[in-house]
Amino acid sequence: MAQVISKLDDDVSTDVIYPGRYMATVLPTETPQFAFADDAALSGKLRAKEVPPGSMIVAGKNFGCGSSREQACSCLKGYELTVVARGFARIFLQNAINLGLDLVTAPDVEANEGDELEVTADNVVNKTTGKTFPVVPLPKARQAIIDAGGLIAYTRRRVTEAAGKA
Amino acid sequence: MGMTVVEKILARASGRDAVRAGDVVEPRVDLAMSHENAALVINQFTEVFKGTGLEPKIWNPSKIAIVFDHRVPAESPKTASNQKKVREFVAKHGIARFHDIRGDEGGICHQILPENGYVRPGAVIVGTDSHTTSHGALDAFAFGIGATEMASVWSLGVALNVEVPQTIKVEVSGRFTPSVGPKDLILHLVGLLTAEGANFRVIELHGETIRRMSTSGRLVLCNMTVEAGATSGVVPGDEETVRYLREVAGVKDEITLVTPDNGAAYERTIAIDASTLAPQIACPHTVDNVKPVDVVAGTRVHQIVIGSCTNGRLDDIAAAADILRGKKVARGTRMLVFPASSRIYQEALGRGYVLDLMKAGAVVMNSGCGPCLGVHEGALGDGEVALSTTNRNFKGRMGNPSSEVYLCSPEVAAASALTGVITDPRKGA
Repeated sequence: MAQVISKLDDDVSTDVIYPGRYMATVLPTETPQFAFADDAALSGKLRAKEVPPGSMIVAGKNFGCGSSREQACSCLKGYELTVVARGFARIFLQNAINLGLDLVTAPDVEANEGDELEVTADNVVNKTTGKTFPVVPLPKARQAIIDAGGLIAYTRRRVTEAAGKA
Repeated sequence: MGMTVVEKILARASGRDAVRAGDVVEPRVDLAMSHENAALVINQFTEVFKGTGLEPKIWNPSKIAIVFDHRVPAESPKTASNQKKVREFVAKHGIARFHDIRGDEGGICHQILPENGYVRPGAVIVGTDSHTTSHGALDAFAFGIGATEMASVWSLGVALNVEVPQTIKVEVSGRFTPSVGPKDLILHLVGLLTAEGANFRVIELHGETIRRMSTSGRLVLCNMTVEAGATSGVVPGDEETVRYLREVAGVKDEITLVTPDNGAAYERTIAIDASTLAPQIACPHTVDNVKPVDVVAGTRVHQIVIGSCTNGRLDDIAAAADILRGKKVARGTRMLVFPASSRIYQEALGRGYVLDLMKAGAVVMNSGCGPCLGVHEGALGDGEVALSTTNRNFKGRMGNPSSEVYLCSPEVAAASALTGVITDPRKGA
């Protein structure tokens, strides 16, 4: 079980998650300081380290739309956040799987800041309101990457296998 | 069972006779493009080989393109150092398709790739930029990926675990009325589909209006299909595709067009009559918040931007020059023009457009992404409004979360520059 630290609307773009002016910062160890940089309340909370790992952001449809910038995932991964949304934009979803950022797609999810949520394989249960919302599984096509612990590890294995055959 | 354009491309690239939507394939990549974010790709690529005892090796350096465009010339020591790191990597690994900050061969990646003949019909193209969708204008399957995924492509030469997308067919008929064009069509379509309406899907563009359209216009359409969430846009190859590749891109070798089969399976079909469209405006802060120009006409504008991978081509600059020639940009409004490539800049110089624009008061900048993504130049002040031919108007997009960005065609942008307020180009100043 974890607490919702922020409730966001539909169509949260990567420009909001990680503003373009910080794009010259690329390393996953350095990007978290700029997460939601223009949202004073949320970035303040994150940077003050007030959020325990596993804390949740709840959002509407099309979370992560726009730019392919991977910093938008690595900056959230740095805080070990879970993003529960009604839907995710394609590139963001893939980047998150590649980097191991925890995402949950729940098309009907309803929750507010401060609510306690429990995520199971099938459902998001809002313990505060008592409501349950079904979860849409991540694309099966990406399961091998998830199982390997991310795309770097998966690619490393493939590269090693190919070198062994050569 | 027939196949769509993208199904055919993916079948070939993954060595199968046929694929259909939902299949998972591992297509060989024909072109892998990055811009400044190659700095992060290099980092992740190095990570892949860590602990393997193997030397980091790119599967095929001739299939990689790197184009500096997002922050050119560098705006900060950090960017300059990233660019330096990429230059060193390019030299070490023998990457020939490298476009540095230059007045002869530089520019925005989504213009550099087509104009240099790197984009071919039937190709699988990945890019660490969401507007990689643009290259579907030349009958390719082109889509955006993240930097780690690109590191994987550099290592293996394939795009891993690609689920063959569903295709939405868009059939466009009718002639555009004067001062209406491809940008208005794609804004209208994004408004119709909504920002997530084509998420995980391909938009295949058909109809007499598309057939008559130049590649420049088709690039506008495919570029912005991602604003409806699309994995890619694609225009089936035709005579115009071949004309562009031969005459503009200088392609000499054989060209094999990919067209959809009769009976290809589309998720749905959308019909649009281009003759009914008015100039369209995407209003703050989402690209699908689209209205006909008269709804927002009169809105005060502080900065006009003409350029970007969407509308920085020669015909866009010509349209602006035609409207501004012999006239003046309104006082209190600044106008910035960014040709999409050095080649286009030189052509615009040769035809006198740059002089026309400068005499009218516009500032013509070097080729690059400019203010579009708020990292470089042309920042907006608090509460200011930009009217721009770029592709995104998200909150904070141009670097200031308390500003607003409206998106439009070059004709609307130029007509509005004369008045300082959003103006219908059909009514003029």
